[in-house]
Amino acid sequence: MSHATITPKSASSLHGARLPRWFPWAAAAASVALGFGISALAGLHSDIQWALIAAVLFLIGSYAVASAVEGKRQAKDRTATSLVWVAFLLAVIPLASLIWETVKQGVKVLDGYFLTHSMGVVADAEPGGGIYHALLGTLEQVGIAALISVPLGILTAIYLVEYGRGRLAQAVTFFVDVMTGIPSIVAGLFILSLWIIMLDMGYSGFAGSLALSILMIPIVVRSTEEMLKLVPNELREASLALGIPKWRTILKVVLPTSVGGIVNGVMLAIARITGETAPVLLLVWGTATINANPFDGPQASLPMYIYLQYNNGSEPAYDRAWAAALTLIAFIMVLNLAARGIARWKAPKTGR
Amino acid sequence: MAKRIDISGLNAYYGSFLAIEDISMTVEPRSVTAFIGPSGCGKSTFLRTLNRMHEVTPGGRVEGKVMLDDEDLYGAGVDPVSVRREIGMVFQRPNPFPTMSVYDNVAAGLRLNGKYKKSELDDVVEKSLRGANLWNEVKDRLNKPGSGLSGGQQQRLCIARAIAVQPKVLLMDEPCSALDPISTLAIEDLIGELKEQFTIVIVTHNMQQAARVSDRTAFFNLAAVGQPGRLIEIDDTERIFSNPSVQATEDYISGRFG
Ligand SMILES: Nc1ncnc2c1ncn2[C@@H]1O[C@H](COP(=O)(O)OP(=O)(O)OP(=O)(O)O)[C@@H](O)[C@H]1O
Ligand SMILES: [Mg+2]
Repeated sequence: MSHATITPKSASSLHGARLPRWFPWAAAAASVALGFGISALAGLHSDIQWALIAAVLFLIGSYAVASAVEGKRQAKDRTATSLVWVAFLLAVIPLASLIWETVKQGVKVLDGYFLTHSMGVVADAEPGGGIYHALLGTLEQVGIAALISVPLGILTAIYLVEYGRGRLAQAVTFFVDVMTGIPSIVAGLFILSLWIIMLDMGYSGFAGSLALSILMIPIVVRSTEEMLKLVPNELREASLALGIPKWRTILKVVLPTSVGGIVNGVMLAIARITGETAPVLLLVWGTATINANPFDGPQASLPMYIYLQYNNGSEPAYDRAWAAALTLIAFIMVLNLAARGIARWKAPKTGR
Repeated sequence: MAKRIDISGLNAYYGSFLAIEDISMTVEPRSVTAFIGPSGCGKSTFLRTLNRMHEVTPGGRVEGKVMLDDEDLYGAGVDPVSVRREIGMVFQRPNPFPTMSVYDNVAAGLRLNGKYKKSELDDVVEKSLRGANLWNEVKDRLNKPGSGLSGGQQQRLCIARAIAVQPKVLLMDEPCSALDPISTLAIEDLIGELKEQFTIVIVTHNMQQAARVSDRTAFFNLAAVGQPGRLIEIDDTERIFSNPSVQATEDYISGRFG
C-alpha cells in the first residue's frame, strides 16, 4: 500500500485572499471620479482641491477595502505603497506643469533667429531681437567658473580623502561646509567688494565667474569626495602593494575608477550655477549688445536676460523671457543627460 | 633571487592598540612558510608589516626590525615603495583593478612604475599568466575587463599581477578563502611551483592546506581578547603537525581549541 500524501482540507496558510492586480488602478480611478463629483457638487473650482480629495479618498478607500479582503498587514502594506505614489505624484505634478508651461510659452519666439541675434537696437517693448549675447555670456561665465572650480574642487577632494589627516583636513572640511551654505547674493557681494570696489576692476563676465566659482567649488568638492570614498580601499592597497607610489595610485587607479561619478558631479554643479541670477546681476551688469570678451566690460547672461525682459512687462518681452527660460532649461537638461551618459560610459566594467 | 627575512622584536600598533607583540622569527628563502592561528591573533597585521603595508592603515605603527637579507626594511631612509616592489602581496579577496583589462591588470605594476616596450610587456604578461596557471583560460580575452573573470580566475590574475613585477618575496593572506576546492588546488599547485623562485609566506585557516603546501609553519595565538597576538612557535611543518613542542599548538591544530 502506498502512502498517499495527506493534503489539508483547509485553505493553505500560505494562500490568503488577494485583491486582483488592477485593484490599485480601479481604486485610483474611482477616487478621482469621486473627487471630481464632490468638488462639482460643492462648487469647488480649484484643481488642487479635487486632487487632494481624490488622494485622501484613495488612501482611505484602499486601506478599507484591503483590510476587509486581505487582512490588516496587507492593508498597511498597500497604504505604504499608496503613500509613496501619492507623494511621488505631488512632487512630479508641479515639475511637469512647470516644464509644460515653459515649453508652451517658450516656443512662440524660439527659433534660429532668436538664438543667433542679440537685442542690439531692438527696444525691449518691440518684438524681434534674441538671446545670442546672453547665451554667449552665460557660456563664457560658466565655462570660466568651471575652469577655476573643477581643478580646485577635485584637488581639494583628493586631499581630503587621500591625504587629509588631523587639523588641516578638519579645517578644510569645515570651510567647505560653510561655503556650501553661502547664499549666492552673498558670494556676489563678496566679489563686488573685493574685486570691483577694493581692486577697482570694473564690471565683467569674469567677475561673475569668480562669484559663481565660490558657489561651485563646494559642490564639486562634496560630490568628488563622495565618489572617491566609494572606491574600495582594497584597490588602493592592491596598487600600493605592487610598489606603485601613492600619487600614481591616485592618478591611475583611484581616479579612473571614480571618473564617471566625478564628471557626473561636475556636470550637475555646472547645471546648478548656470541658473544663478544674483551674482550675475551684481557683477556682470548686463548689456543688450554682444560682448564676447568676458574680461572687459559688461556682458549679458541668460538668467539676467530673463529677469530684465520679464521686468519690462510688454508682450514681446514676456515671450522672449519664456523662450530664454526654455533655452536655459534645455541647456541644463542636456548637461544632465550628458552627465548620465558619461557616468554610464565610464562606470567600471563588470561584464565579460 | 629569493631572499631571507629576519624579524626581531617586532611590535605593531593600531593607534594605541598593540596588535602583535615581540615577534622574532626567520623566513627561509625558496620555501613556503605558513602562518596559522585563531582569528584576530594578528596574522594579517604581521604579514602586512613585512612589506610596510601596515603603515598604510591610519594609525598603523611598527617597532622592531625586519631584515631582508642584510637590509632593515624599517631603517632610516628606506623607501616603502621600493620595499613593496621587492615584496609582493596577494590579498584575501581578489581585487583586480575594475577599470583595466586582464592584460592591463597584469601589466599594471610594470607600467605604472616606468616605461616598457610593448613587446617586453607582452612577454612579461604571458609569462606571468602562465606562471599563475591562468594563461590558457584567458589568452583569448586579454582585452576583456579583469573583473569579468570568475572568483578563482580573479585570484590567479592577482597572483599573476603580483609576480609580474618579479618580487623576491610573495606574501599571501588567505588567498584561497574565497575559492572553490578546484581553484584552491590550482593555487596550491601554483604555490608549489612558485617557491622555486620566490620566498613565500601564506596565511591560512585551513590546517590541511598549511600541511600540504608549507615547509615551515608558525603558530600565533593571543592570551585573551584585547591582548596582543604573539608567536607561539615556528618549526618544520611536519613537526608542528606531528609533534609540536607547545601544548596550545597541538590543541589548536587538533581542533581542541577554546
Ligand atoms: N584597521 C584596524 N584598526 C584597528 N584595529 C585593527 C585593524 N585591523 C585589525 N585590527 C585588530 O588587530 C588585531 C589583529 O587583527 P588581524 O586582522 O591581524 O587578525 P588575523 O589574525 O588576520 O585574523 P583573521 O584570521 O580573522 O584574518 C585584531 O584584534 C583586530 O581587531
Ligand atoms: Mg586576517
